[in-house]
Amino acid sequence: MNLYPVRSIYMAEMARTRRTLLQSIVSPVISTSLYFVVFGAAIGSRISEINGVSYGAFIVPGLIMLMLLTQSVSNASFGIFFPKFSGSIYEILSAPISYLEVVVGYVGAAASKSILLGLIILGTSSFFVPLEIAHPFWMLTFLVLTAVTFSLLGFIIGIWADGFDKLQIVPLLIITPLTFLGGSFYSIDMLPPFWQSVTLANPVVYLVSGFRWSFYGVSDVSLWASVGMITLFLAASLATIGWIFRTGYRLKP
Amino acid sequence: MHDPIISIQGLNKTYEGGFQALKHVDLSIQRGEIFALLGPNGAGKTTLISLVCGLVNPTNGRITVDGFDNVKQYRQARERIGLVPQELTNEAFETVWNTVSFSRGLFGKPPNPAHIEKVLTSLALWDKRDNRLITLSGGMKRRVLIAKALSHEPRILFLDEPTAGVDVALRRDMWEVVRRLRDDGVTIILTTHYIEEAEEMADRIGVINGGEVVLVEEKTALMKKLGSKQLTLELHTPLSALPARLQVDTLTLSDDGRSLVYTYDGHQEEQGRGVSALLSVLNEEEILVKDVHTRQSSLEDIFVDLVKERS
Repeated sequence: MNLYPVRSIYMAEMARTRRTLLQSIVSPVISTSLYFVVFGAAIGSRISEINGVSYGAFIVPGLIMLMLLTQSVSNASFGIFFPKFSGSIYEILSAPISYLEVVVGYVGAAASKSILLGLIILGTSSFFVPLEIAHPFWMLTFLVLTAVTFSLLGFIIGIWADGFDKLQIVPLLIITPLTFLGGSFYSIDMLPPFWQSVTLANPVVYLVSGFRWSFYGVSDVSLWASVGMITLFLAASLATIGWIFRTGYRLKP
Repeated sequence: MHDPIISIQGLNKTYEGGFQALKHVDLSIQRGEIFALLGPNGAGKTTLISLVCGLVNPTNGRITVDGFDNVKQYRQARERIGLVPQELTNEAFETVWNTVSFSRGLFGKPPNPAHIEKVLTSLALWDKRDNRLITLSGGMKRRVLIAKALSHEPRILFLDEPTAGVDVALRRDMWEVVRRLRDDGVTIILTTHYIEEAEEMADRIGVINGGEVVLVEEKTALMKKLGSKQLTLELHTPLSALPARLQVDTLTLSDDGRSLVYTYDGHQEEQGRGVSALLSVLNEEEILVKDVHTRQSSLEDIFVDLVKERS
C-alpha cells in the first residue's frame, strides 16, 4: 500500500471538514445538546430510573449512537458523491492507486470525523447529566467499529446515489427511524411483548444496547449479540465495497 | 523511435446500452511525439482516452503503456500518465496550491514544493497559488487542470480538447506550453476538432470517425498526399477559349476568360507536367499573366473529405 495517496485523500477530506466546521461539527453537537436539555434535564426528571440509571444518563449512549450513525453515513456518502457529481472523480479513477487505498482514505476520514464528534458529544453531555463509563475499552471499541462500519455504508450510498435526493433518502428514511426505534430513548423491556420481538429484528438495537452496556453495565441483549451484529455489518459493507470496485458499479462504464 | 510508448491492440468498447463506441482500434503512439486525434463529436475520442487512462473498462482488447499492461500492471502504467479532461471539473473551494499538491500525492509521489512551483510558474499560475478555484476564470481553471496533470511528472500527457472555449491568445500560450513539454521529452496526445490546432502542433495525426481509426499519418505526409494546391493566374487579356495545348482537366478557364485555375498536388511535377511546364507553355503561347496567387487546401478540407468519404 502506497501511503501518499491515502494521506492525500485523508487530508483533503479533513480540510473539507475544517472548511465546513459549522455544519459538520458544531450543528450536530448543538442539536444533541438540545436533546440533553429537553429529555435529560426537563422531562427526564419526571421519568423514573431505568435499570438503576437516571433517564438523562440513560439516553446519552443512545444519542451518541444516533449521531454516530447519521453523521458517519452522511459524511462518507457526501465525500465520495461530490467528486462523482462534479466530475473530479476522474482523477481518483486514473490514479495509480488500489481500491483499498481509496476506501481507507475516504472512509478513514469520515470515520475520524464521526469519532471526534462522538467524543465531543460525550464531553458535552457530562455538563448536563452525571456520567459513568464502566467499560472504557469497550466503549471506544463500539465507537470506532460503529463509525467505521457506517462510514463504509455511507461510502456505498455515495456511490449508489445518482442525485442529491437519494443521498438523503437512506439516512432520513432508514437510519433515523431505526435508531429512534432501536432503544435510543427507552429500554426495549418497556415495550409490549409483541413489539419487543419485532424490535429484535432492528439491527440498531444491538448497537445501542452494546454501547449502553459499556457505560452502565446493563443491556437489552447480550454483549456478544451486539459484537456479532456489528461484525456482521462490517463484513457485509466490506463485501459490498469489494464488489463495487471489482465490477466498477456506477464508477466505470 | 520505433518503440511505441502506448500500444493499443484490438480494442473494442460497447457501452451497456449497446452503443459500440470503439470498433477494433489498433494504434501505436511513438515516444516523444505530439499525436493529434481528430474526429467529429461522438467519434470516440474521449472513450479512447478514458480506456487508456482506466476511467472506462474495455469490452476487449489490450493496452500497454511503456510496456506495462494497463489493467494488470495499472500502477506502473498509470503513474506515467497525466490526464487533462475536457470538462472543467474541480473542487471549487480548494486553493490552486492545495489542489495541485493533492494530485501529486494521489499519484503516489512524495511532496515536492519545488516541482509544484515550477509547474505553476510555467503555466502562469504562481500568482494565483493561494486563490480558491471558484475565483478563477475559465482559462485559468483549464491551466489548473494541466498543472494537476503535470504535478506527478508524467511521461505521457493526454489533453482532451485542451483549447475548447479558450480565447486565441490563451490558445497560443497553451500551444507554447505543449511545445515546451515535448522538448522535455513528454509524449503528448491531444484530441481536438480544431483542425488548426492539429495542423499547428502535431507530428502525426489520427482520424477517428464512428469508433474506427480511419487513418494515421505523419502530418506533413498527410498534407502532401491529400492536400491539393490551386494556382490562379490572372490574365492580362481575356481568353475566349483555351489553346489546344492547354486543354487538360487540371486546368480551367474562368467564365469571363480573365483567369486560369490550375489544380495540382505535387505529383505532376515529377511527371514533367508541373507549374514550370505550364508557365513555359503560357510563354510560348504568348499569354501574358498579370497576377498569380496560390491556395493550399488545409487539413480541414482534407478532414471533411475523409469523413464524408467514409460515412
